[in-house]
Amino acid sequence: MKSLQELHKIREEKRKELDLRVNTNADCREKHILVCHGTGCTSSKSPQILENFRRILKEKNIDNVRVIMTGCFGLCAKGPIVIIRPEDAFYAMVTPEDCEEIIQTHIVEGKRVERLLCKDIDGKIVNSLDELNFYKKQKRIALKNCGVINPEDIDEYIAFNGYEALERVLREYTQDEVIDIIKKSGLRGRGGAGFPTGKKWELTKASEGKQKYVVCNADEGDPGAFMDRSILEGDPHAVLEAMEIAGYAIGADRGFIYVRAEYPIAVHRLKIAIEQARNYGILGKNIFGTGFNFDIEIRLGAGAFVCGEETALLESIEGKRGQPRVKPPYPATAGLWGKPTLINNVETYANIAQIILKGSDWFSSIGTENSKGTKVFALGGNVNNIGLVEVPMGTTLREIVYDIGGGIPNGRDFKAAQTGGPSGGCIPKEHLDTPIDYESLKQIGSMMGSGGLIVMDDTKCMVSLAKFYLQFTVSESCGKCTPCRIGTKRMLEILEKLCSGEGEEYDIYKLEKLAANIQKSSICGLGQSAPNPVISTLKYFREEFRQHAIQKECKSLECKSLSQITIDEEKCKGCGLCQKHCPVDAIEGEGREKRVINQDKCIKCGTCIMTCPFHAIGN
Amino acid sequence: MAEQEKIKCNCNKVHEFMQEIEKTYKEEKDNLIPILEEIQEKFGYIPLEAQKEVSEFLKIPMAEIYGVITFYSRFTLKPKGKYAISVCLGTACFVKGSQKIMDRLKDRLKIESGETTKDGLFSIDETRCVGACGLAPVFTVNGEVYGKATVQKLDQVLDELVAKESKEMK
Repeated sequence: MKSLQELHKIREEKRKELDLRVNTNADCREKHILVCHGTGCTSSKSPQILENFRRILKEKNIDNVRVIMTGCFGLCAKGPIVIIRPEDAFYAMVTPEDCEEIIQTHIVEGKRVERLLCKDIDGKIVNSLDELNFYKKQKRIALKNCGVINPEDIDEYIAFNGYEALERVLREYTQDEVIDIIKKSGLRGRGGAGFPTGKKWELTKASEGKQKYVVCNADEGDPGAFMDRSILEGDPHAVLEAMEIAGYAIGADRGFIYVRAEYPIAVHRLKIAIEQARNYGILGKNIFGTGFNFDIEIRLGAGAFVCGEETALLESIEGKRGQPRVKPPYPATAGLWGKPTLINNVETYANIAQIILKGSDWFSSIGTENSKGTKVFALGGNVNNIGLVEVPMGTTLREIVYDIGGGIPNGRDFKAAQTGGPSGGCIPKEHLDTPIDYESLKQIGSMMGSGGLIVMDDTKCMVSLAKFYLQFTVSESCGKCTPCRIGTKRMLEILEKLCSGEGEEYDIYKLEKLAANIQKSSICGLGQSAPNPVISTLKYFREEFRQHAIQKECKSLECKSLSQITIDEEKCKGCGLCQKHCPVDAIEGEGREKRVINQDKCIKCGTCIMTCPFHAIGN
Repeated sequence: MAEQEKIKCNCNKVHEFMQEIEKTYKEEKDNLIPILEEIQEKFGYIPLEAQKEVSEFLKIPMAEIYGVITFYSRFTLKPKGKYAISVCLGTACFVKGSQKIMDRLKDRLKIESGETTKDGLFSIDETRCVGACGLAPVFTVNGEVYGKATVQKLDQVLDELVAKESKEMK
């Protein structure tokens, strides 16, 4: 247990000590080596890098350098990332073997290790984080602490104004005042639908009942989206603090975080955060001596996309199959075990403490008229700077893909971007300048969704993309209502026909009709939005569907029975490199002979296309 | 369920483990999923014996437990292979060609996704996003991530595992 005075003291002392994390001119004799420990970098050996640094420092008896694990820096494409503060040196794609050189050259000799410094898309060496185009247009609110603090140390969170908002709320504000601040800020749910957060809090508070619950939806199911995971991994206390504030505002004393079991690092850090907060008396009984009680439990999701739907999530917490309930009643009146329940998404919570501390005017000054604040996107697919970006609402897709994302690799062209995952739609080239907010995305047939943003280049087949998403919804449909269970399956069958060359023009009409019916008649958001990827690809790429149906032709390699890889006789020099790399020995020819592909054996993996030095192979 | 009976179960171990579980969890229905998680983690699948004991402990009918297990993709009724290979079919990996990796894997092991080879060595699963989108496409072997995967890289990893196993057999 810590008293308020003790907490203030920790904040003051720790803040001084950690000044070098955010201030390049910090007056200190220490250096901090920050090693990214998000899932991406951890998968490429960042824990070993951290170990090596610590071991080498010990061997060399260097005691004014600390090695710290942090959450995600955002630029996952350059991982594992190591940053040395206060001078803000940014090392990219570091291997465990590089540690010795970094310590010797950077720490001991005071010079930078040129070959490891991060380079921008134009090849220019970047001396500090802010110089990188990737960060220039970003504004970090929800990700404020990610990559700055050690997520497993509560003191570091406290140092950067952690739990100050909670203290202010409990000691100075009434419940209605808190709700009023959130309402005025204009914050809307970041899980996808964009319901006004303050309104949700107000409704839950107004519901009758002694027992109420606060739930955090961390069941991030959109494949290719990792915003919530990165927040939980990089700044778990921000979510705990916001849940407590929400608990106070609506009158609840228990909270649940429903998080995917596929996120072991996030779960681990949440457990540590909860434990530390309990030890400090920030979670539990009589918090800050104000008489307010609140505690939080973790519940693991067991791999069902539909559990991201709020009522399915509640069923799952209750220990049942995660099948959505018919609404109304909404969770605000009858949620967990029939009691009024407030459910918000991770990113929504990550904004709360900032809004309380800086005020609703500050927050509502960012963004567009109806969409306030920032949005975190997981930028992935065919784009150079794959990673996590946070931009003010209203930023255009072009800015995200080209300025922040660094454009499309391999000199290819932009074809489309998909937002909203399996519930969203694609945005074609002609809409690249659409400002991204809830309304404008809806207008062009997509949706904000939770924040997955997948970029596709001009080699991608949109029919097979639609098929991919339908495969996903078919396997994730819970089976409760007929339109979703049977309708999506029929849609998938039609798409499979089209992709295998057995389709006909009439199939396109059937797809549209089915899509409209499923949208209208499904029970929950999963079913209602399942046809979206098909509708939006049909809207913008109808010609491609017709090519599949009528000419039986696919311009990419994805629809195998509709495409063929061939070697251009003119260009082939008979080097045999393709033959050497072909995994199924489908390429024939000897010596300096021109090579030919045996179409019966070819699996269309595309390895030969990539290996040919003369660009003689194509489809 | 008849098929489940065939899998030889180490009943003593299951019973021992369940006694531990009964000590740490309260007899509340909402503990079903956390308990199943622990069993899956410990045994790599959920043995029929364990289902029976959970049913008695939480007073939940077997049919309902079976319903829950088959609903969630993390729970399995059959053991996974010694080398559990998962190919990420999240959108970011799909766009970068992970379907080709999956096709090749199924082709080489002659099993479908969700199945285990007869010798119990390999099993294939599809996962949705392991969170390493910067390394896409990725596949994992027993949780270890192989990034920027190609058909060749997969072949190489499989060859190594097969070679290692045949060496151990000798």
